Amino acid sequence: MPVTDRIAEAGKGAIVGVSAPRVDGTPKVLGEFAYGSDLWVEGMLHGATVRSPHPSARVRHVDVSGALAMPGVRHAMTAADLPAGRRYGLDYADQPVLAEDVVRYAGEPVAIVAADSAEEARAAAAAVRVDYEVLPAVTDMEAALRPDAPPVSERGNVLRHVRIEHGDPEAEADVWVEGYYEVGMQDQAPLGPEAGLAIPAADGGVDLYVSTQWLHSDQKQIAPCVGLPESKVRLHLAGVGGAFGAREDVHMHIHACLLALATGRPVKMTYGREESFFGHVHRHPARIWVRTGARRDGMLVNCRVRLLLDGGAYTSSSPAVVLNASTFAPGPYEVPNALIEGTCVYTNNPPAGAMRGFGAVQVCVAHEAQMDRLAAALDMDPVELRLKNVLHTGSVLPTGQVIHGSAPAREVLERCVALPMPSDLPAAFRDRVTLPGGAGNVGRGEHVRRGVGYALGYKNIAYSEGYDDSSEARVRLERGPHGVVATVHSAAVEVGQGLQTVLAQIVRTELGVDEVVQMGADTEVGSAGSTSASRQTVMAGGAVAAACSRVREHLFARAAARSHAGATLAGPLRLADGRVFAGDVAIGVVADLLDPPLEATEVYRHRPTARLDGRGQGDPHVMFAFGAMRAVVEVDLDLGLVRVVQLGGVQDVGKALNPRGVEGQIEGGAAQGLGLALLEEIQLRDGKIANASFTDYLLPTILDMPPVVSAIVEEPEPGSPYGAKGVGEGATIVATAAVAAALRDATGRELSRVPVTPDDLVGISGPRTSAGPAPIPDVPGPRPVYEYR
Amino acid sequence: MLIRLNVNGEWREADVWPGSSLLAMLRDDLGLWGTKNACEQGECGSCSVWLDGDLVCSCLVLAAQAEGRMVETVESLGREGALHPVQAAFLEAGAVQCGFCTPGFEVAVADLLRHDAHPTDETIREALSGNLCRCTGYQKIVDAVHVAADRMGEVAP
Ligand code: FES
Ligand code: FES
Repeated sequence: MPVTDRIAEAGKGAIVGVSAPRVDGTPKVLGEFAYGSDLWVEGMLHGATVRSPHPSARVRHVDVSGALAMPGVRHAMTAADLPAGRRYGLDYADQPVLAEDVVRYAGEPVAIVAADSAEEARAAAAAVRVDYEVLPAVTDMEAALRPDAPPVSERGNVLRHVRIEHGDPEAEADVWVEGYYEVGMQDQAPLGPEAGLAIPAADGGVDLYVSTQWLHSDQKQIAPCVGLPESKVRLHLAGVGGAFGAREDVHMHIHACLLALATGRPVKMTYGREESFFGHVHRHPARIWVRTGARRDGMLVNCRVRLLLDGGAYTSSSPAVVLNASTFAPGPYEVPNALIEGTCVYTNNPPAGAMRGFGAVQVCVAHEAQMDRLAAALDMDPVELRLKNVLHTGSVLPTGQVIHGSAPAREVLERCVALPMPSDLPAAFRDRVTLPGGAGNVGRGEHVRRGVGYALGYKNIAYSEGYDDSSEARVRLERGPHGVVATVHSAAVEVGQGLQTVLAQIVRTELGVDEVVQMGADTEVGSAGSTSASRQTVMAGGAVAAACSRVREHLFARAAARSHAGATLAGPLRLADGRVFAGDVAIGVVADLLDPPLEATEVYRHRPTARLDGRGQGDPHVMFAFGAMRAVVEVDLDLGLVRVVQLGGVQDVGKALNPRGVEGQIEGGAAQGLGLALLEEIQLRDGKIANASFTDYLLPTILDMPPVVSAIVEEPEPGSPYGAKGVGEGATIVATAAVAAALRDATGRELSRVPVTPDDLVGISGPRTSAGPAPIPDVPGPRPVYEYR
Repeated sequence: MLIRLNVNGEWREADVWPGSSLLAMLRDDLGLWGTKNACEQGECGSCSVWLDGDLVCSCLVLAAQAEGRMVETVESLGREGALHPVQAAFLEAGAVQCGFCTPGFEVAVADLLRHDAHPTDETIREALSGNLCRCTGYQKIVDAVHVAADRMGEVAP
């Protein structure tokens, strides 16, 4: 098999709470770690995808005969050749495996081919002739709501509408501030491209090795589309080169399986960078209208938010994203009265879906700008205004949900303010690389002004709205050649965040063993749920801890039975130094108690949540994690060039199972937030992506990223394993808003749109304006779209 | 076309497609997949190798251009049990998350340290500005360079 099935263990003795070295570190630094794009098996074919160049068109005819006649080409398929189910999707199967009668976005797959080499496959894809009748396209999210807009989806253009009424939405305030904000479309841009290898099996099934975020969700979506029972579609995790939400949806999975089953040969598919931009969902672009009302003393009175998200052509995870954006729209502040109206629409733009921060990022840009605006209107310090209103345990949210768990928002912000500030050496004494434009040799720091901005934000951990969110793990304890070995089997996906290291730490903590072996993630064990929503530390961690504790119970029972049959034990049983103790008396050696080996499989679930009712009231979220960021920037006021001098991030994680891993999440999350604030936007021209390359879509480089100072707040979450919360999203949520605030501080400009451009900073382009909030669509309540039928 | 080149001290040859990049030849024909492909446009540095001792993006070099020349890849740096100091430093500093950028960064860092044994933060940032990492925010990569520089300084007489 081309895949590393077991990952050897490093970092012996590293238990929960210490900065353990990565279990996959050595193969990664050696270049030996096998990512999806590195898979290879003898005799494999290469697949390629034909994609629509039009955002909206009727497919009159697809002719693959020219492609099939080319050298090395083995197979071609269109919608007419599909053996079974024709549509897939995360919760709502509306995305065609291959376009049927119409295409709804530029980049939609229309046909697939398989050939002996990747070059031959690409050439064949280019030779497929598609006859399109171009149709009018809806490429603007507000236009989608106009009565005369062509319907993008069979269900119209409203993907979901969420309405949250809280207190008296008409309540009057002493001071009102009003704002309109826009957020551009960000790409997750994981460095590892979409890739996988499908291998047809002797039993008529298929084995798919793929870089993904949730094997079992993929399996559930693939099986009906290839006409096989789920048991015959076996998934195995290939190395994942980053994810950030981009791998939550199926991409090449079904195509490779179809080609493998049709040809009887293994088929590999890897997207190049350009295709990757078309091959996965993106962060929802947003337009947000907010009115915030407060008393003269700074206490919030009312918050009225209208927000619009562009969901693109298909549903993906949009129902959950618009719920998140709506529930977090006022920010981490107590507000007694609110009206929040969130709408996600279908358009003929590329589908939007999961990206790190999941709806909370966009609204943070708005609610934090509003807090700064309010502070200015009240002539109050912006941090003080936030601290006056900040959420805490016991707070009631606009949904009526009461925060019962930990909510150290105040401490998070206070620690952020206390982080060390960077030096403010005058420009003349500094390396030019540290000046705005200095690295490009276009600025010498003549007219540079420094600005400081803060942002506070929060987000839910794990899946919401009554979702049955579960995670299974199997743990086996046995005697190996060099002592006791614990083997863990979980389908939870390591995307680079360090989950496997944390799981090994949990096993060591619970079972006192040094040697932990982790089976490759696959569908031979039950679902672990998705690596998203910052949930796996809690969920997979909870499952592994539960399985360990069951194994320990069996071990203790065996120790008690073998040592003192019938006798009274000298105290409660515990593990230490490879032995089982009853009080202070050793009653057995673990290694001698493992014949036969002990094994347990356990499923972990978080507390149940509840959906929103027609007024947006309910108990939708499991728990909350808070983050704060301080950005220090310098702007060249003549050139509109920016150098971010420092980012200071503080994150609330309940308990840091691997503190250095948490730091890595803060630093990496801050970089993605900085990217959205200053650089990263998918440019759409009439619905088509105009910058599908790393030449034109700019990721922050090491020159764009400043040093990050950080601190971790640990206030345990009651009922959660080790008191842990999720770690992955806190910094990303707040970084964009913090950088925008610092830019406003430096320039005195409104800057109502991210990413902020040099033109915005020098005032060539003014703040974005709107003719008024988007209309409220005429659809029932806050339910997910698939219930509208 | 038949291309013969010296990779990591060994002469290798392969029959490649005329348009093949050095990156494609290393990965697809010679099975050296430690060198990564994340953009094929010279923007990410994931494919960094040495060509006759010079740091290059192997995606921008034609395999044919490398005919008869010396190529060193990430595989030349270290092996299990005998990591190169740069590789050890990446582990120690926590500079690896998904690891996709890591081989390219290691080659670029090793190249930097060949030319400048004790680089400043600014020199490090300038030297590594051709390498993208989407996971780490670069902080721990800068740390790793300092760790490696210190380590290599200790070894040198
Ligand atoms: S793959 Fe060569 S620079 Fe990106
Ligand atoms: S560690 Fe993932 S891209 Fe650098």
